Amino acid sequence: MKQKDLTLYAGLIILGLAAPFIFSGFKVQLTILCVLIVLAMTWNLQGGEMGYNSFGNILFYGLGMYLCASVQVGMFFPLAEWTESGGEKTFVHTTTQFFQGMGVGLLVAAIVPTIVAGLIGYAILGLRGHYFAICTLGLGIAAGEIAGGIEIIGAGQGFTTPPFPKDIVDPEARGQFFYFLSFAMLILTFIFVKWIYGSRFKLILNAIRDNEDKAEAMGIQTMKYKIVGWMVSAFFCGLAGGIMGGLIGYIDSTDVAFDGREMGVFMVLMAILGGKGTLWGPVIGASLFHFLKEGFWTLILGWQYVALGVLIVVIVIYFPEGLMGWLREKYPQRFGEVIDEKDRKAQVELK
Amino acid sequence: MDFLIFEAPILMVQATLDGILIGILFALIAYGMALQWGVMNIINIAQGDLVILGGYIAYSMYLAGIHPSWGVIVSPIIMFFVGWGLYKLVINKVVDRDLFISILATFGIAIVFQQLMNFIFGADVVVAQSGYGTTMLFDNVVTLPHSTIFSAVISVIYAIVLVIYMRKSKLGRAIRATAQNARAAKILGVDTEKVYAATFGINAALCGVAGALIAITFTLHPYVGLPYTVRSFMIVIVAGLGNLPAVAISGMGLGVFEEFADYILGTEFRIGSVFMLLVIILVFRRFKLSRKREYLK
Repeated sequence: MKQKDLTLYAGLIILGLAAPFIFSGFKVQLTILCVLIVLAMTWNLQGGEMGYNSFGNILFYGLGMYLCASVQVGMFFPLAEWTESGGEKTFVHTTTQFFQGMGVGLLVAAIVPTIVAGLIGYAILGLRGHYFAICTLGLGIAAGEIAGGIEIIGAGQGFTTPPFPKDIVDPEARGQFFYFLSFAMLILTFIFVKWIYGSRFKLILNAIRDNEDKAEAMGIQTMKYKIVGWMVSAFFCGLAGGIMGGLIGYIDSTDVAFDGREMGVFMVLMAILGGKGTLWGPVIGASLFHFLKEGFWTLILGWQYVALGVLIVVIVIYFPEGLMGWLREKYPQRFGEVIDEKDRKAQVELK
Repeated sequence: MDFLIFEAPILMVQATLDGILIGILFALIAYGMALQWGVMNIINIAQGDLVILGGYIAYSMYLAGIHPSWGVIVSPIIMFFVGWGLYKLVINKVVDRDLFISILATFGIAIVFQQLMNFIFGADVVVAQSGYGTTMLFDNVVTLPHSTIFSAVISVIYAIVLVIYMRKSKLGRAIRATAQNARAAKILGVDTEKVYAATFGINAALCGVAGALIAITFTLHPYVGLPYTVRSFMIVIVAGLGNLPAVAISGMGLGVFEEFADYILGTEFRIGSVFMLLVIILVFRRFKLSRKREYLK
């Protein structure tokens, strides 16, 4: 790793660690930012690199959210009674129970969606292009509608996640706990995605995006890699969902968990805004989007969805390549793809 | 679990009848979707929201004291211009692009429409009272509201008019030519830009008719557009583009499926079952095609 990169990463990590103390009033927003970046990065892995534009990653996010909360409750108390009516008042988690439950819950929230993605992957990923997009859109919404009809997880009236233990008196503790949890997840995700970007796996995903039939003809078992790519997305989406559930403290089937109208679109939009198919694009896109959203949402109260819709249309029509794409076009020396001199000569000879 | 529908088989008649009559309405929306998909190669996620908007036009007529049934004439006229304007504003920039771009862009339009309708008409579930009666059949067990019969008849009339228009008129010929080969049509002097705008306008007008009928027969709510989009998408992929009898039959089939799902699974799973059916149909088609090493195009 180059000296410059090292300084950049060290600076970002220090900034991330110091952020909740500097901007202590914005801890929740910073936590959500971390979650959004994770969602955008993992969506990009699959939508941008693999070319499978999914509207349905919200499925894993919501699944993770419900699983984490259910495990957290179900480990110690009967789940049905908890969700029936005000269970959080009758049953109280002790401090150890809360953190144990959270740990196991997050583990389950990450692993089960991954398995689900693996199981349905073979069927769903055989669809291509817009059929895949519509099918995953249907999956996400169907999941929300079905979750809204299941009694044990609260059905339509929602599910209150275990409140933060009362024994910890420090009022800042809850915010800091969730912030550092999500920040740790962000670092984990970034390292993992960066590792993927340097591996052969990323090249295979790109080959699938550019021409799947040719990739298959070259002897790549495309289905295998597509499923693995989707499972990676599912893993981090589930994890992010679990953390978000704990942070929000309340799960509703269509408005919080399987929130295709907000989160499901946001992750696509953020990746496109930053630039699909780049490492830093989703990070920048998510930060910018979150900043704009939180900055202007309050100014245009009531009109935020109109603004969101217009934003989607404008971004998709005028900036389909995103910020990184624009930078690449403008400053190809600095941001363009690095091509070996040897490779380029070979290309020229081929032509 | 006890299934009411198996204990009282007469309810199957009810479900089938309701399903067929609703299905005709779905088929009308699906025909509009097939039209724009075939001609302009875009998938319009805002289709259902256009339907709901058309419904709200009929509803506001009802509020103004005019009988909402006139909505089936007024609503398509207004919606045609809404569609035309929408084309000039947004859709013309996504026509030649990737289908995913059109999906996302129309998704954005859908969100804007939902929210604007929410502002203007409120978030309540509304219905335009048509005042049509109800026929009771089989010892008052099976109900047959006249409004659903009215909606089915109007849908069929509009479908027939549209088919004749597409066959006979100059614009209809131009639309069909553009669908077959846009470049060749352009070379031969067809103003494809105008054809696209007209196609989108006709699609919106069809949505307007369907919406006005929905306002009379069912309920309206700003956020229920997406299920209509998905239903029409489903009908189109089952029936294929531009095969009208197949569109009608699969529309009715979907309607019957939904009514049965409503009785068997419960009303809370009705919309969920529609979306699950979409997934199942797509996956089924994918496995069927993959035997020949093909995929859905």
